[in-house]
Amino acid sequence: MTNLSDLTISQAKELLLNRSISSVELTKFFFEKISKFKNLNCFITETFDQALKMSKRSDEKYKLKKDIGLMEGIPIGMKDLFCTNQIKTTAGSKILENFIPFYESTVSNNLWEEGAVLLGKTNLDEFAMGSANTTSFFGNVVNPWKSKNDIDKELVPGGSSGGSASAVAAHLCLAATGSDTGGSIRQPASFCGLVGMKPTYGRCSRFGMIAFASSLDQAGPITKDVLDSSIMLKSMCSYDQKDSTSSKMEIPDFPKTVKLGVKGIKVGIPNEYIVDGLNANINDNWLKAIEWLKSEGAEIIEINLPHTKSALPTYYILAPAEASANLARYDGIRFGARERGKNLDEVYKNTRASGFGNEVKRRIMIGTYVLSAGYYDAYYLKALKVRKLISEDFSRAFEKCDCILTPTTPGVAFGIGEKQDDPLEMYLNDVLTVPASLAGLPAISVPSGLNDEGLPIGLQIISKPFDEETCFRAAFVIEQISNFNKLKN
Amino acid sequence: MPYFVQGQESKWEVVLGLEVHAQINTLSKLFSPSSTNYGAEPNSQVNLIDAGMPGALPVINEECVKQAVITGLGLNAKINLKSIFDRKNYFYPDLPQGYQISQFENPIVGSGHLVIETENGTKKIGITRLHLEQDAGKSIHDQDFENSFIDLNRSGCALMEIVSEPDLRSPTEASLYIKKLRSILRYLGSCDGNMEKGNLRADVNVSVRQFDAELGTRCEIKNVNSIKFIQQAIEYEARRQVKLIESGKLVEQQTRLFDSQKGETRAMRSKEESHDYRYFPDPDLPPLILEKKIIEELKIQLPELPDKKKIRFMETYGIKKYDAEILVSEREVADYFEKLVFDRDPKMVLSWLTVELFSYLNKKNLDNPQSVISVEKFGELLDLIKDGTLSNRLAKELFVEFIESNISAPELVKKKGMVQISDENEISNMIEIVLNQNQKMLEEYRSGKDKLFGFFVGQVMKISNGKANPQMVNTLLIKQLKK
Repeated sequence: MTNLSDLTISQAKELLLNRSISSVELTKFFFEKISKFKNLNCFITETFDQALKMSKRSDEKYKLKKDIGLMEGIPIGMKDLFCTNQIKTTAGSKILENFIPFYESTVSNNLWEEGAVLLGKTNLDEFAMGSANTTSFFGNVVNPWKSKNDIDKELVPGGSSGGSASAVAAHLCLAATGSDTGGSIRQPASFCGLVGMKPTYGRCSRFGMIAFASSLDQAGPITKDVLDSSIMLKSMCSYDQKDSTSSKMEIPDFPKTVKLGVKGIKVGIPNEYIVDGLNANINDNWLKAIEWLKSEGAEIIEINLPHTKSALPTYYILAPAEASANLARYDGIRFGARERGKNLDEVYKNTRASGFGNEVKRRIMIGTYVLSAGYYDAYYLKALKVRKLISEDFSRAFEKCDCILTPTTPGVAFGIGEKQDDPLEMYLNDVLTVPASLAGLPAISVPSGLNDEGLPIGLQIISKPFDEETCFRAAFVIEQISNFNKLKN
Repeated sequence: MPYFVQGQESKWEVVLGLEVHAQINTLSKLFSPSSTNYGAEPNSQVNLIDAGMPGALPVINEECVKQAVITGLGLNAKINLKSIFDRKNYFYPDLPQGYQISQFENPIVGSGHLVIETENGTKKIGITRLHLEQDAGKSIHDQDFENSFIDLNRSGCALMEIVSEPDLRSPTEASLYIKKLRSILRYLGSCDGNMEKGNLRADVNVSVRQFDAELGTRCEIKNVNSIKFIQQAIEYEARRQVKLIESGKLVEQQTRLFDSQKGETRAMRSKEESHDYRYFPDPDLPPLILEKKIIEELKIQLPELPDKKKIRFMETYGIKKYDAEILVSEREVADYFEKLVFDRDPKMVLSWLTVELFSYLNKKNLDNPQSVISVEKFGELLDLIKDGTLSNRLAKELFVEFIESNISAPELVKKKGMVQISDENEISNMIEIVLNQNQKMLEEYRSGKDKLFGFFVGQVMKISNGKANPQMVNTLLIKQLKK
């Protein structure tokens, strides 16, 4: 009997198809795992009743061999940023502690259409603002990975999709959704030894996904391997009339192209990504991967992305600016938590003071400041211009290459409580992921090795708009040659 | 003579600009599919977007865009092929998203103008811009002692904000401007112009200055919802500013409210207290791109607007500017007139329409003639008058009854026995009787008091019960008096 823990989506689907296991069995197996690993704090809401119903329906379909979806009977975690009909959706915030939507996000709906089974809503940084999953009102999430040097030290899973990443890494579900604004899928995937895919902006509908920064937010999958990532992304994307920024571009059959290799593909290596504080192990791993790709027939090209160093400050102006408006609706008037006050202003102040955590408040204040009269031109408008320059850097680079290989993060998973005192240090986690976000480009993080402490390292592949396929192909080669799945055991 | 406010020392000129909010006449809201139906059960026409629910996203209603373009074309304005939606940020309970989606730096329609007819002739009033924005919901404070209520039915309805240049110089001009704008909007069908329902309302910018001096500091009077109130508000506000300046004080830039009960304006907030709206492009909405071709198509489809129609009416029907102006101000009236005047005498039609039918409409507080009497029915009556079957006077007497009954003009005439007497012998007999009965008057007439002619006509009409054909009475009377 296969160890159910180690299953990937594609393997589980095979077992389900030949009926050597039922979706109900698989689902119940994960109930036990989730209950056993509550200490990781991966889930905010467990939806076992719902999961049983859904898995039964899937088993019915397998039995009839009819209408079997891409994710049929596959138990997954749903980042608690996606609104789920009649199921509590908190965004990791006290202000939505008891919020039960009466509508379904398009991404989750697409997954249910493809047969996925909802185990629960996964923990996240409050409103997806954070890089360590330490800002959640529902407590921090623990990474199942441990350093060889300090086996007792609890590590962060990364953020903001920390609950999703930790749950997949700890085998509490087969895969999970994430959302990525500046690295919130890729960074936790890299910290947890998983594949995290942020597709091109517009690939996945944002309808029903609680907004952080609308021009950057994109949903994507967090999975155990690259093939799973392609399957799950295919299930999540769609053109959606309910999202004006959703793309009408044709959605390719991603899983079909994953294994096509990298022969003849031009891989760009940007000098600017050798940032201060880039961990030596990660740098070595990056260099190794360059050789791997070369050995598989890829052509390696040095490229320049001159505005890279401006990406992080640009991001930390634009994202908070948008967030400051996006979060204005949490005012205690129509839904969510409300505090009393002597007058209207007090109701607002008390509600928002008690409903939001510190990081969210910090970003609302930054965002409000950069949009204020007298500061708008100096900050917001300038940041918009730099964002354009960053996009143009990529466009020029893509005249020479098909994709770009970089590390995902400058460092590996760190201890819970570290980097908490200085927000800037925390923001540096995103330094390698935000440029692709600002340019709206598809980018994947694939595990590529372990550092000296035995902690996972992730590499990032960025490709042209709507060319997720090249990301998958290059990531698959790295996955195979790095032999990560053997390494981790 | 230009309008002015007489101060203690000098005359002050009033400078006015209007920001008109016109609700677009569409079935659904600007960014949501909810209905815009007026007067529905509170909060029954609310979509996720209108309530600012988490994860809800705006999607532009193309019909609203089309109406804004049509309106821009009707105001002779430049249509911007690329425009941008911005978020205007402020907290208020009836603003569910915490921001209003509006257009700030790049509106859909740029500069244009309309023309008003003032006492001193034609005046062109500049339009600065027209932009699209969401309406807010409604806060209700008078339903409960402790609680306020919110109705979001109006939240997200599409508004066009139409901003004029500070080209207006009197309350009358402001009123003419808003009447003309309303008329154009109604012709185009983009707004029903209903001020009572709040579908058309204005913010009025008022400043005063000595003639030809530099512009003074302005105050904005918010949300005035009738033409009468707009005029009253301007008059009060201009006097207030003059008084301030003449007493050596400064006019403070303010947002003010008009209290229609007291007829005064009141300070709402000063410039220092004014919101910093932190406008920025709404990342949920890509720039609005219009195709030139579509604009050209809409241009071709534009209806004939009041100014053009007025000139055509004057030329085609030989009527005066003043009368033409009245006819064209409402599209329904103009259409009604054109149908009615076909094959008939324009002067007669004009008089019957603008005097008789209009006074009836005014009394009933209606404005569409078609709703009270069909062109066909009215036309038959006019034809009977024209051919002499019915006298003008009798027709006028019976007009209200005629409108309110459902019988045709010939039937009415028959029923009332009102057929005009046009028999020469019969009328001659009546004249004979009148002359016999008034020998004294007859002598005086013959001795030179020509004016008594009218007296005899009146007497003949009286004994005929008004049925005698007046023209015939005239001719025959002249003949018989000469005997």
